[in-house]
Amino acid sequence: MLQVSRLNVFYGKSQALRDVSLKVNEKEIVALVGVNGAGKTTLLNTISGLLRPASGSVEFLGKRIDRLAPHKIMNLGICQIPEGRKLFSDMTVGDNLEMGAYSSAAWKRRKETLERVYKVFPVLKERRNQSAKKLSGGERQMVAIGRGLMSNPGLCMFDEPSYGLAPKLFLEVLEVVKQLREQGITILLVEQNVRNTLQIADRAYVLENGHIVLEGKGKDLLQNERVKTAYLGM
Amino acid sequence: MNITRLFTTHRKLLLMGFLILLIAFVLTFPLYGGARTRVLITMLVYAILAMSWAMFSGTTGYMSLAPAAFFGTGIYTTYLLQNHLPLPIIIVAAGLISFVLAVLLGLVTLRLKGIYFTIFTFGLVVFIPNVVTYVEGEVTQHHGWYFNVLDRTIILYTMLGLAVVTVLAIYLIRRSRLGLAMQSIGGNEEAAEHMGIDTTRTKVLTFAISAIFMGAAGAVLAPSLSYSNPTIAYSAFYSFVPIVAAVFGGMGSLQGPIVGGLLFGFLEKTLKVEWNTYFMLGFGIIIVLVILFLPTGMVGLVPILRDKLGGAISKWRKGREGEQHANT
Amino acid sequence: MAEAERLLGLITIGILAGGVYGLLAVGLSLQIGVCRVLNITHGEFLMLGGILTFTFSQLGINPLLAPVIVGPILFGLGFLLQATLFRGVKARVPSPSAFEGNALLAAFGVMYVIQYLARIRFGTQSLPSQYLTQPVPYVGINLAVNLIVGFAIAAALGIAVYLFLTRSRVGKAIRATAEDPPTAELMGVNTNTILAVCFGLGGLLAAVAGTLVSMRTPVSTAMGFNNTVIALIVVTLGGLGSVPGSFIAGIIIGIVSMLVAGLWESVLIVPVYYAMLMVLLLVRPTGILGKK
Ligand SMILES: Nc1ncnc2c1ncn2[C@@H]1O[C@H](COP(=O)(O)OP(=O)(O)OP(=O)(O)O)[C@@H](O)[C@H]1O
Ligand SMILES: [Mg+2]
Repeated sequence: MLQVSRLNVFYGKSQALRDVSLKVNEKEIVALVGVNGAGKTTLLNTISGLLRPASGSVEFLGKRIDRLAPHKIMNLGICQIPEGRKLFSDMTVGDNLEMGAYSSAAWKRRKETLERVYKVFPVLKERRNQSAKKLSGGERQMVAIGRGLMSNPGLCMFDEPSYGLAPKLFLEVLEVVKQLREQGITILLVEQNVRNTLQIADRAYVLENGHIVLEGKGKDLLQNERVKTAYLGM
Repeated sequence: MNITRLFTTHRKLLLMGFLILLIAFVLTFPLYGGARTRVLITMLVYAILAMSWAMFSGTTGYMSLAPAAFFGTGIYTTYLLQNHLPLPIIIVAAGLISFVLAVLLGLVTLRLKGIYFTIFTFGLVVFIPNVVTYVEGEVTQHHGWYFNVLDRTIILYTMLGLAVVTVLAIYLIRRSRLGLAMQSIGGNEEAAEHMGIDTTRTKVLTFAISAIFMGAAGAVLAPSLSYSNPTIAYSAFYSFVPIVAAVFGGMGSLQGPIVGGLLFGFLEKTLKVEWNTYFMLGFGIIIVLVILFLPTGMVGLVPILRDKLGGAISKWRKGREGEQHANT
Repeated sequence: MAEAERLLGLITIGILAGGVYGLLAVGLSLQIGVCRVLNITHGEFLMLGGILTFTFSQLGINPLLAPVIVGPILFGLGFLLQATLFRGVKARVPSPSAFEGNALLAAFGVMYVIQYLARIRFGTQSLPSQYLTQPVPYVGINLAVNLIVGFAIAAALGIAVYLFLTRSRVGKAIRATAEDPPTAELMGVNTNTILAVCFGLGGLLAAVAGTLVSMRTPVSTAMGFNNTVIALIVVTLGGLGSVPGSFIAGIIIGIVSMLVAGLWESVLIVPVYYAMLMVLLLVRPTGILGKK
């Protein structure tokens, strides 16, 4: 479904991604793990079109997308749930969710999609007229996920959903991720919480200093010595 | 490659050359004489305004639109004091008055976000002339300012002296602790605060120092005008043109605003004479083009040229290497 | 008693005239808040609106209908300015923080271009553009019909803009873009188009304000700059990005200008605005209804 090939990305003169290749198949949960500054967000932003790669390509459903504007990429069915939620704090919860359905195809179906999102996160229905500023961390993450789902994506990319959440809440988020996959949505999950993430991932990549250093089945990586010492503290 | 090297490794040499040209130019001033003296005075005025603007706004990132306010105040000071005090003292007084004005304004507005500061300084350019007009109408009953005429050559050399003082002062400030503090405010104000820099004091002080030169320039210029009034003296033109000149020359360096100021002063005076009615259009278009195509100034042009040249050269090299690989 | 009546009359005129300032400021507030352009050509748009209204009225078009033509023309001009010039400036700035300054300077250049072209075409004289000047008696003074009609149109348009921004799809995209452009892009918003629409809308509102002003006072090609200053003061007073704030501030400024001119001296209007602004910003650094 998504094919990233030999991607090189720079911020000015400093290189953030080096020859990164990665693949996500239909209906998979693929995890991308790595420490702070490894380049995870950079990769997602490049796929979303916010950053332009110096070389390499990104293909989605067989079509090259690395030169497209972000709103065009999003219209193809890729959504990103950004790091730190990035809610529109001047707007209500309902308006935030509606913004997710901005693209014209999704806009027409926004009422029914909204009902589906409210089914997943019933709290949001109660809070729909409340300002997004006044939500708790968990609720903000729900709005961010709901907002992403409002576009009816084929591929959903999560950037560190564990950020600022209690471990228990993060496990709930992972449950939602699994549910989404059951509904047919493909998942690319970026995380620093390696243990829990690898447990639910079909496949995973380890990113270090802009390089992919390891890849494999989620369960296999949990047993990998390098992963154990570097990421699981064993 | 050689051209780009020249720019990077021989910057000192280029600077020397520039200075020598400037000195030669100054020494031959009297030769130009007559109408050209006016042009030269204007050029120096814009150089001073551009330098002092860049000293504050270029380094701290707070965009001041106040040059015209201080410059006009300088002109007004000369008008008020011309029959009572000798010119040198008037110049100092104009500098001091501008300094005090800038401290007052700075204390109120430099705590605010950048955009409010900009709007405020812009408002100042409208506020002061209105107050002056009111005072003239109600108190002094004088309308319009006439000046005791002074020989233009004297004004020219005085302005030149002021320009030299300004250059030296800015040069010294840039290397002082104050200069460092300004630089770090421009980089990241919060971080500067955490480092223990009193950011408000630094901003107010440098804003006020830059105002001294602007006010003094107005005071020196005044006797070369036969007539002025609040609307002319406080024209927003004197705020914007020095800024565009500084951007054009390149704000990061000391010489950038000087070059820009001299050039724009020259353009203004000659365009006005040559084109007259088309003057505003021409100037407007030049400004737009400068901002659009030379946003980092002529100084910024050098790295662009270097990158473009360097890029082209390395591409060409790679191409050749590729061919060689193909051959072997 | 007569003094009290006079005061009431001045205040009423101030309120009615202030609606137009509010309308003008809403447009500028959008351009500053969303496009990040301190647009000092704003008053020139008002000037063009007024002059074009007068020109069309010479051709037999009723000034009340003029906004239907003038509005779209100046929407287009604003749209183009943002889509070409300011977008170009943004693409070329050395660092993102330099954008606001450079955009302001570019706007200054444009201001001269517009002023000059208008002068070439329309001269510098005052044009007698007043319309609907019939008096309506009101507590001892007369209010002109144009004052009342102007306020009504300004208020209606202000409410329409408010509803557009809070209820419509594009309006929400505008607010999202104002707050966080990259995230708005992630939502599928083409922010370049949104910015251009916003700037165009600002131009349209200034144009309509120009029509309304032209019904009350003669217009001239030199009227732009002062209106830019007024709009900037109203925006700062009302707080960036607040439609109601702009209108409240516009009405305050309207009242103050009538009181200062009526009881004191009209050159002091701007100094008094300025002093008010200073005091307000010392107390509330983000304006009357500003955010954050
Ligand atoms: N806007 C930027 N400008 C310059 N460098 C950047 C920028 N954003 C990120 N970087 C650098 O690029 C590298 C990768 O950053 P990135 O944000 O992709 O890391 P990450 O893996 O998402 O980290 P985190 O877990 O902290 O979110 C880092 O070294 C970072 O300093
Ligand atoms: Mg990250």
